[in-house]
Amino acid sequence: MALTGLAGRHSDAAPTAPPPAIELRGISKAFGPVQANRNISIRIAKGTIHGIIGENGAGKSTLMSILYGFYRADSGEILINGRPTAIPNSQAAIRAGIGMVFQHFKLVHNFSVVENVILGAEEGALLRPSVDKARRLLADLARDYELDVDPDALIEDLSVGHQQRVEILKALYRHADILILDEPTGVLTPDEADHLFRILANLRDQGKTIVLITHKLREIMEITENVSVMRRGEMVATVRTAETSPEQLAELMVGRKVLLHVPKGPANPGRTVLEVRDLRVRDDQKVERLKGVSFAIRAGEILGIAGVAGNGQSELLAVLGGMTNGTGSVTLNGAALPLSGHGCNGRARRQAGIAHVPEDRQHLGLILDFAAWENMAFGYQDDPAYQKNALMMDNDALRRDAEGKIARFDVRPANCWLPAKSFSGGNQQKIVVAREIERRPDLLLVGQPTRGVDIGAIEFIHKQLVALRDAGKAVLLVSVELDEIMSLSDRIAVMFDGRIMGERLPAETNERELGLMMAGIPDAEARARAGSGAAAGAAGAAATATAAAAGAAGAAGPAGTAGTEAGA
Amino acid sequence: MTKLPPWADLVLVPVISLILAGFFSALVILAIGQSPLEAWTVVWTGAVGSAYGWGYTLYYATSFMFTGLAVTVAFHASLFNIGGEGQAQLGGLGVALVLLALPWPHWTLALPAAMAGAALFGAAWAAIPAWLQATRGSHIVITTIMFNYIAAAFLIFMLVDVLRPAGSMDPTSARFPEGAHLPAFNEIPGLNLIFTKGVPANVTFFVALAACVLVWLLLWRTRLGYEIRAFGKSESAARYAGINAVRITMITMLISGGLAGMMAINNVMGESERLLQNAAEGAGFIGIAVALMGRNHPLGVLLAAILFGFLYQGGAELGLWTSIPIELRIVVQGLVILFTGALDMMVRMMLAPLFRARREAVA
Repeated sequence: MALTGLAGRHSDAAPTAPPPAIELRGISKAFGPVQANRNISIRIAKGTIHGIIGENGAGKSTLMSILYGFYRADSGEILINGRPTAIPNSQAAIRAGIGMVFQHFKLVHNFSVVENVILGAEEGALLRPSVDKARRLLADLARDYELDVDPDALIEDLSVGHQQRVEILKALYRHADILILDEPTGVLTPDEADHLFRILANLRDQGKTIVLITHKLREIMEITENVSVMRRGEMVATVRTAETSPEQLAELMVGRKVLLHVPKGPANPGRTVLEVRDLRVRDDQKVERLKGVSFAIRAGEILGIAGVAGNGQSELLAVLGGMTNGTGSVTLNGAALPLSGHGCNGRARRQAGIAHVPEDRQHLGLILDFAAWENMAFGYQDDPAYQKNALMMDNDALRRDAEGKIARFDVRPANCWLPAKSFSGGNQQKIVVAREIERRPDLLLVGQPTRGVDIGAIEFIHKQLVALRDAGKAVLLVSVELDEIMSLSDRIAVMFDGRIMGERLPAETNERELGLMMAGIPDAEARARAGSGAAAGAAGAAATATAAAAGAAGAAGPAGTAGTEAGA
Repeated sequence: MTKLPPWADLVLVPVISLILAGFFSALVILAIGQSPLEAWTVVWTGAVGSAYGWGYTLYYATSFMFTGLAVTVAFHASLFNIGGEGQAQLGGLGVALVLLALPWPHWTLALPAAMAGAALFGAAWAAIPAWLQATRGSHIVITTIMFNYIAAAFLIFMLVDVLRPAGSMDPTSARFPEGAHLPAFNEIPGLNLIFTKGVPANVTFFVALAACVLVWLLLWRTRLGYEIRAFGKSESAARYAGINAVRITMITMLISGGLAGMMAINNVMGESERLLQNAAEGAGFIGIAVALMGRNHPLGVLLAAILFGFLYQGGAELGLWTSIPIELRIVVQGLVILFTGALDMMVRMMLAPLFRARREAVA
């Protein structure tokens, strides 16, 4: 493949250029029998944004932890700005000018922004001088990089996007020239992600070096100059972003051809399965989170709910799944579902024919300490098939059942005795999806089905959802990933502030229009504004050229589909 | 952190913890000018050196098994039941009321009835904190602790004003009918060949063993146990699964309180044969240590209960045969709890590098 040539050209060019900001030579790291990093060499040029992609467990985080001094490599060499540098701990990393923004922020929630920024970097016994200095610096940084955060706000009062900015500020306050971000957009809304990318671009333009670890191809394509792909502990390729494509990167990551877009035929909607009218939900503080939502889903149809996280989608799933109370009317196959009282619980909903893949698999969908076989029955522990007699459960039946699902859904490792927490995110999600889909529910509620899931598993899960639809079941899909909504849904409803702003057919809308509605622009206005933009192009769908083109590659015809399947 | 192999986790860590506890106990004994070796000899021979010693060790162990199981069941629902002491006291009241109500003809009839009384009263005493936790969110640690004091005061009232036979100066109930006498080990055919002298260990020991098995079955073989453990691991996931939090909290605490209450058939029915003040003698609290050391598993509880029975009996012997004060047994128990429960992670952290090195050597 031409890739090695590309990488080679890249390194040939290096001697004339200034030394790379980071150079790793032959880094290896093993945890017991697991070789997390194997002989990794990489050069990251100064003043660039360098993406590192790979599936979960490919060794990205281990590599960055070595660079940040959390782990010590078994062998290999680290050069910072051309100088060999030992990084035995994170203090040494900071001294070498490396800053790290973790996926899970390390902030003190009841401290203010400025207090968090100086924490661990205070100068002297008195706080005042450090605080004043930090405050001045924060003002400068806010101006230079669009990194504005109220210095006196408490962390717990800040949105996730702002908290992330505080993490970046912490690194910059410590004079970081190299900034490593681990899955930075996993927790951000599309708007916040765009803002983050502007910040990163500003930082790069000022000469900082950014390492972006992600598994989202879209981000890599959007913002990086170079991208390195990791697979099973090895660095399989480093390429210029401009000279590659998402399809090629996906293939490098997974080691086989991957369908980025789900092949699916036209929907065949049947009778109405779910009808929701004027559904309202209040949270514990009596704040109305769902403000009168109405929609219907028919058999053999996927309804996608698009929206920025926190606009009532979680409450919608919770109330339909029987986890919270609400008011209004919900009918399933013509029968009213109770929205409060004893009949409103997850058990009753399952008996009525609703299955639920929750948004948060770790806190809702799984008991992390339970073995996979116990989790495969979670929520269905009442099922007569799982009982030995009136008192005892038939654990053998549970295990047989789990082994079947593990085989059919290709859960790895295929060991039903392992606790759920030992599986990767994608395989955890497969456990939940297998459990819920194999019930053949009349209605499947799915929240963020592919959040934190690696690309191979995403493909698999999407196929399963389409297969369920084709089997004549109704699917309610909630996702903050617009790509996912666009490619899976037969109809799209956009939620904003607890209301449905409007419905669209995927073929008749584009990301711009949906984005406007997600920002609260009313239906007609969004149509008008998006329409004028789209009119410039040949068709409305042209605005999503990349998505549509990639989609066409997958769904163009039976021949194309067959080709990619054979590749897999 | 490196994960230890199961055998190290289940055997090596507790053994090292115990050795450490023994070492520091020896230092304490040295510090008060006594010989640790002599003390150890007395404890060992007194607790397990003779059938007579075993008769006491197992008697104490029986009580600790019940209270340890009570803590274990609640723990799996993430409920910390500190109220075993009060529930055991109320269990004693239940036993007394049942046994004094009828002239029981034979212990085989009296035992099930007394067990029901003990469990019912213990469960009822746990039900109030459970209800407050389930519906009002009052923390069960606080409420169950408080209920221990209420139980103690309530028992004094019952003994002084209700159960005390007319004319008696002693705040105790009347003696239970002869027919309610539980066979001690020295009265059980077969066992009486080993236990020749009168010992307090009685048939309740076998009830406790059965309780260990039943609790294990409950937690790992029934749907209720599945739901209890799921609820204990993640309340939010339990809600997702449609597990009713109020129901699980109530049922778990009723079972837990019932188990703690059942301890009374050992001490009240089996040993004193009338209801005394402070009959539980702290066994409710020791149950917490037993559950902690037994890793909240019935088999572990069984072993830990025997260990604590050994310490209890051995400690009493110390007070009897040496000039070491009997209070020292509380010090030793404290050290055992400290090392096996609280400092357990320390031992693990010390062992982890050894196992890591070994694994790397193998690899």
